[in-house]
Amino acid sequence: MTNTAARPPQPPDSIGRRAATFFHAHPTLTLIALISLPLAWLLVIYIGSIIAMLTQSFFSLDPFSGRVVRIPTLVTYQQLFQPANIDIIVRTAVMAASVTIMCALIAFPLAYYMARYASLRTRSLLYLGVMLPLWSSYLVRVYAWKLILADEGIISWVFNTLGLRGVLDAILGIPVIGGSSLSFSFLGMFIVFVYIWLPFMVLPVTAALERVPKSLMEASGDLGAKPSTTFWKIIFPLAFPGIVAGSIFTFSLTLGDYIIPQIIGNSSFFIGGAVYTFYGTAGNIPLAAAFTTVPIVIMIIYLLAARRLGAFDAL
Amino acid sequence: MTDHTDSRPVAVRFRDVARHFGTVRAVDGVTMDIYDGEFFSMLGPSGSGKTTCLRMIAGFEQPTAGSISLHDREISGVPPFERDVNTVFQDYALFPHMSVGDNVGYGLMIRKVPKAERQQRVRQMLELVRLPGMEKRKPSMLSGGQRQRVALARALINQPSVLLLDEPLGALDLKLRQEMQIELKAIQQQVGITFIYVTHDQEEAMTMSDRIAIFNAGRLEQIGSPSEIYERPATAFVAGFVGTSNLFEGSTAAALTGSDRPFTVRPERIRMAKPGASVESGLRSVQGTVKDVIYLGMNTRYLVEISGGMLVVVVQQNVDTDHQTQHASRGESIVLTWSPAHERHVEVT
Repeated sequence: MTNTAARPPQPPDSIGRRAATFFHAHPTLTLIALISLPLAWLLVIYIGSIIAMLTQSFFSLDPFSGRVVRIPTLVTYQQLFQPANIDIIVRTAVMAASVTIMCALIAFPLAYYMARYASLRTRSLLYLGVMLPLWSSYLVRVYAWKLILADEGIISWVFNTLGLRGVLDAILGIPVIGGSSLSFSFLGMFIVFVYIWLPFMVLPVTAALERVPKSLMEASGDLGAKPSTTFWKIIFPLAFPGIVAGSIFTFSLTLGDYIIPQIIGNSSFFIGGAVYTFYGTAGNIPLAAAFTTVPIVIMIIYLLAARRLGAFDAL
Repeated sequence: MTDHTDSRPVAVRFRDVARHFGTVRAVDGVTMDIYDGEFFSMLGPSGSGKTTCLRMIAGFEQPTAGSISLHDREISGVPPFERDVNTVFQDYALFPHMSVGDNVGYGLMIRKVPKAERQQRVRQMLELVRLPGMEKRKPSMLSGGQRQRVALARALINQPSVLLLDEPLGALDLKLRQEMQIELKAIQQQVGITFIYVTHDQEEAMTMSDRIAIFNAGRLEQIGSPSEIYERPATAFVAGFVGTSNLFEGSTAAALTGSDRPFTVRPERIRMAKPGASVESGLRSVQGTVKDVIYLGMNTRYLVEISGGMLVVVVQQNVDTDHQTQHASRGESIVLTWSPAHERHVEVT
């Protein structure tokens, strides 16, 4: 059976086609062409600026002239290890850790439902619901929480109406985390942090849980494991990298945040606020830089510990 | 469609089992007995309900109607982790975060078998499936055939009374599959457990099974030994699904036999002769034209068009012929003959 129709014409020649053929024949050149600009951005602007900042931490501030002395020294780091500054670091780290744990506890059941039980439609709606806050202004949301947590706010009102004012007062009376009002306390900060970073925990955990094939859970049950055993032995270890991924977000974002402590916090400092103050007000760039190395070091230790615990094994 | 009554102990019994998904009848009234210690295959095209039946035995699905019993015990409401059956999954379902040894020993670990004994049994199992010394490997480092054997070891180590296999050889290449078929059969005979095997590959079912159940659109068409299924198919579907067959019906059948009752003839039972050559009395004969000659190495398939337009498939082994010296060539007129003894009357559904 011969084809009697005329062959369709060849595609017209053009610079674009010739360039495409050239790149197809030279894969290394193609790679270089594609990568060079983003790589330049990454190296020069991103990493380069971090390195520039870190080198500042090895300089010092001359107390008399108020100027930065560009002679490499460890004096600034000595300042960092003073008790007052250590306090700041510990406070921030503890807040970051508690926020991470709470986010994981809230996100996991939600992600589990979304990944395993929700119908496709419900899952899409839930994804949307989790993402929706991220579309609005961060600052507006924080201020909204300030109103909610305030003495005149709705939480206070609910406690009062239920006659549980005493409970609220007792909670606020707890040393360290309490305060004069929920909107001026570590507890309030904690609540707002958890709310703000929750989407960053829910999404990676959902993704990790969705990737666990149903046949693995069936196999575990088939071999005699009751559902709770299947959860702890099979599902949780395979979802753990998702929790770690989410925790990297919540931990580092809390470590560096300086707006929430300012708006919801009391006068005590967190790392973010310290950097802001030392850089802006005091002009003590070396000390500000030294403070910023702290989250970097903490995150490196955190990731190494996570790897040790086998968080990345299932990858 | 149960076969003749048997006094052997029954491992699994289905009575009028149905599984509906809304309006879809995945399984539609299946009744069968599976005997202790036999290699029982469920064969059929995709969507015929065989996998659903297997999953109902395992406990991953519940029947919408009817009853399933395991060793005379009704198991319809019992969860999978309480049933004395184990499954080898189509995608092996090996736990990726555990080593081979931990995978195989998982069932024993659940039962709190002490570590030393567990390790001993894992070693024995891995030797049985010919993977000695692989305890420390991770599943991702194994080939498909090796993973399949680990999955088998993981299931067998619990000594279930029934082993369910869901198309376990589907992902393997032909040679490996044929090797594994023989190995599986040998293991089954050695261990003595009832194997219930799901496949869509009829050659696979024929190789390994003591009995085969043919499924079609949620119903059971026939149960029998491989030779029964092949030589005495009950329906046109079975005749066409297991091997090839030529279905003669309507006026074509009437012209040959005098009645329009449908019958099938296997391609290897048909002989070809030159027109005008003498034909033994008692044999059916019909004139035809060769439309196509397909050389398959071991045998050759001829497609012959006879009067009425039907295309008959004839298969001849290449004992004395090769691709150049065939029995007939394209366009040639020949006469097909076969013995009426090889005609099988079938139901056409």
